[in-house]
Amino acid sequence: MRHIISILIENEAGALSRVAGLFSARGYNIESLTVAPTEDETLSRMTVVTRGSEEVIEQITKQLNKLIDVVKLIDLAIIPHVERELMLVKVAINLESREETKRLVDIFRGKIIDVTSNSYVVEMTGSSDKLDAFIAALDTKCIIETVRSGPTSMSRGVNGLHL
Amino acid sequence: MELSGGQIVVQCLKDEGVEFLFGYPGGAVLHLYDAIFHQEDVKHILVRHEQAATHAADAYARATGKAGVVLVTSGPGATNAVTGIATAYLDSIPMVVISGQVPTAVIGSDAFQEVDMVGITRPCVKHNFLVKDVNDIAETMKKAFHVATTGRPGPVVVDIPKDITDPNIKIPYIYPDAVVMRSYNPEPQADPEKIKEAVDLILTAKRPVIYSGGGVVLGEGSAELIEFTQLLGFPITQTLMGLGAYPATDKQSIGMLGMHGTYESNLSMHESDVIIAIGVRFDDRVTGKLAEFCPNAKIIHIDIDPASISKTVKVDIAIVGSVKPVLTAMLQLIKAHPEKNSADDLAHWWSRIEQWRSVNCLEFDRTTDQIKPQAVVEEVYRITKGNAYVTSDVGQHQMYAAQFYHFDKPRRWINSGGLGTMGFGLPAAIGVKLAFPDQEVVCITGEASIQMCIQELATALQYETPVKIINLNNRYMGMVRQWQEFSYESRYSHSYMDAIPDFVKLAEAYGHVGIRVERPEDLNDALEKAFALKDRTVFVDVLTDRTENVYPMIESGKGHQDMTLRIAPGTPVDRELA
Ligand SMILES: Cc1cc2nc3c(=O)[nH]c(=O)nc-3n(C[C@H](O)[C@H](O)[C@H](O)COP(=O)(O)OP(=O)(O)OC[C@H]3O[C@@H](n4cnc5c(N)ncnc54)[C@H](O)[C@@H]3O)c2cc1C
Ligand SMILES: Cc1ncc(C[n+]2csc(CCOP(=O)(O)OP(=O)(O)O)c2C)c(N)n1
Ligand SMILES: [Mg+2]
Repeated sequence: MRHIISILIENEAGALSRVAGLFSARGYNIESLTVAPTEDETLSRMTVVTRGSEEVIEQITKQLNKLIDVVKLIDLAIIPHVERELMLVKVAINLESREETKRLVDIFRGKIIDVTSNSYVVEMTGSSDKLDAFIAALDTKCIIETVRSGPTSMSRGVNGLHL
Repeated sequence: MELSGGQIVVQCLKDEGVEFLFGYPGGAVLHLYDAIFHQEDVKHILVRHEQAATHAADAYARATGKAGVVLVTSGPGATNAVTGIATAYLDSIPMVVISGQVPTAVIGSDAFQEVDMVGITRPCVKHNFLVKDVNDIAETMKKAFHVATTGRPGPVVVDIPKDITDPNIKIPYIYPDAVVMRSYNPEPQADPEKIKEAVDLILTAKRPVIYSGGGVVLGEGSAELIEFTQLLGFPITQTLMGLGAYPATDKQSIGMLGMHGTYESNLSMHESDVIIAIGVRFDDRVTGKLAEFCPNAKIIHIDIDPASISKTVKVDIAIVGSVKPVLTAMLQLIKAHPEKNSADDLAHWWSRIEQWRSVNCLEFDRTTDQIKPQAVVEEVYRITKGNAYVTSDVGQHQMYAAQFYHFDKPRRWINSGGLGTMGFGLPAAIGVKLAFPDQEVVCITGEASIQMCIQELATALQYETPVKIINLNNRYMGMVRQWQEFSYESRYSHSYMDAIPDFVKLAEAYGHVGIRVERPEDLNDALEKAFALKDRTVFVDVLTDRTENVYPMIESGKGHQDMTLRIAPGTPVDRELA
């Protein structure tokens, strides 16, 4: 099953490599990993999307908790949560495809944030599925490059992951 | 008090009550060594290889329960220490390793003797630090000792760039009394509900086994374990790491379990209905084939580390807490509990165990004209009256030591179980002898292992640590040869030790006493003589039977019920007993 492990971690040099190293050393799978500081600059928040059996996920959370730099963590996949991913896509355009591409971006509620005579940069956020669907809807020949943040997520309701 | 970074490190060690610092100098730590020169409280032990510094410090920790402390230079000094750090990590031994680093300004530039020590050791430390500011040294050192010694212990590396120890930069020094680390809560409080649930299960068991390990030694829970076991009247088996926490000579002790464990231990585990696992980690050497592990048992597991629980074997009742308080709480409940185990059930269970025990699975051929390695350990046991600290290396000799030296106290058996590091034994013996100069310290080793840290004979001379080295010299990497016999049709690929040195001359060259024993009839006198030389390090090179193997053995991939026993000609083992 797919799990979203959200981690509050000390914002210290090397903290990221401790987490990444743990996953590779123990053979756990990482689908995506995002990290950035929080409103409290001593803390970073990391989101790791991984897959594994119940036993493996249990070990992953226990081993992560054992890392001295990890303050708290939660598996969001098992509770009500919201999830968003950011994607930028650069598409090649020409006179004929301009309008059609714009329409597609609108349907997906994306934004065009850079325009040249022969390219758009499209910004899109949403569930990973939606981003996949947008890519599928584009003509692959016109995709110049894509970059995705990997999912970020938090729980619904008033409770949250904080100190 | 205004101190330089180098002086601060040394002062921190004093304030931490560190007796010995095992180390080796080099460019990146010269400021530190200069600070060491000016004081006498922390005694520096100059080893002859950084690996030995880590093993000696590690063994000091195993014997005393205090953190062992190491100092090495950057680059090769640091990498030489890695094997010993990993050794301590796998056995959960508290250790603080200070490594020099190139100056902060050149970190990352492939500077002379630069390695990313924090990166290299990350997977084999409990935690590590790179100190980037002289003002951070004291707090970092406090944290290092705190992390190393609390909860499930482990090694901690503190990497210190040379400029941070600059003698010209002095700052006020205060050693913190305590540190708060919001992300580190090492002492979980066990859930009383789980403890109660466990006690209820324990008291209904018909075929119980206590399976205890290194956690009891680490958590100082030996007294509680003894009371618990004796109150219940249950059989107890111990892992290689747990030996001594419960006295081996007591009748309730059924010996070690696992790959080279006793027949009675492994069969008891296999037939048990309730297993009480205390401070153990269900290592593969213990469980054998997981699918066949304890098929009929409910398992209770007490461990301080939640990650140890249900890692390889799914347990029924998990108690996350330290052995001592948990066993204390259990003892109270058991004493107050109306129910007790049925005496009939236990008597019946013990009678089965006694049948298994009567197979005498460790017995060996005492009639040959060869020196049997087991007989050597028996003789050492007898001469030292079972009171010695015994270190060992890795191989068959390690297993003979574990099987034939009956440890009655914790912290007396000092060996590398998890990593299985050859070269551990001699530096370990030195570390223990420094801690307990009045105690007998014996290193039981093999001719291959001893050569991996043989240079430490010089350290033993310099610091006058008279240890007894008993070399079970079978002219083979015996353990490797045994596996090749079992699994590779006796193709002895590179397990033969050619060009073995004359250990007697070698010992003498290092200023020690060397004794060679070639015949069984000389063994006793030679050992008596060696142990009578109280003030000397003695190297006893015993030429043992080359063909001897360790039994019982669970071959890899097999379960506890599938042991291979030594079947001496004419004494068939009644397989039906199982
Ligand atoms: C050649 C060779 C052969 C071997 N053969 C065998 C064999 O036949 N049988 C055998 O048993 N081993 C054998 N070993 C050793 C084996 O590899 C493991 O090292 C050993 O079995 C682990 O012992 P343990 O389960 O007691 O755990 P340890 O490694 O000692 O771990 C201790 C456990 O206790 C926990 N703990 C720590 N502190 C506390 C506390 N205060 N309270 C509660 N829990 C705590 C830890 O979290 C951990 O889970 C062999 C090794 C070698 C090199
Ligand atoms: C550093 C290291 N290298 C290799 C091994 C693999 N190994 C395990 S036992 C052994 C042979 C040990 O031979 P010896 O010290 O003579 O002991 P014996 O088994 O003969 O008693 C080897 C090579 C190891 N455990 N450690
Ligand atoms: Mg040998």
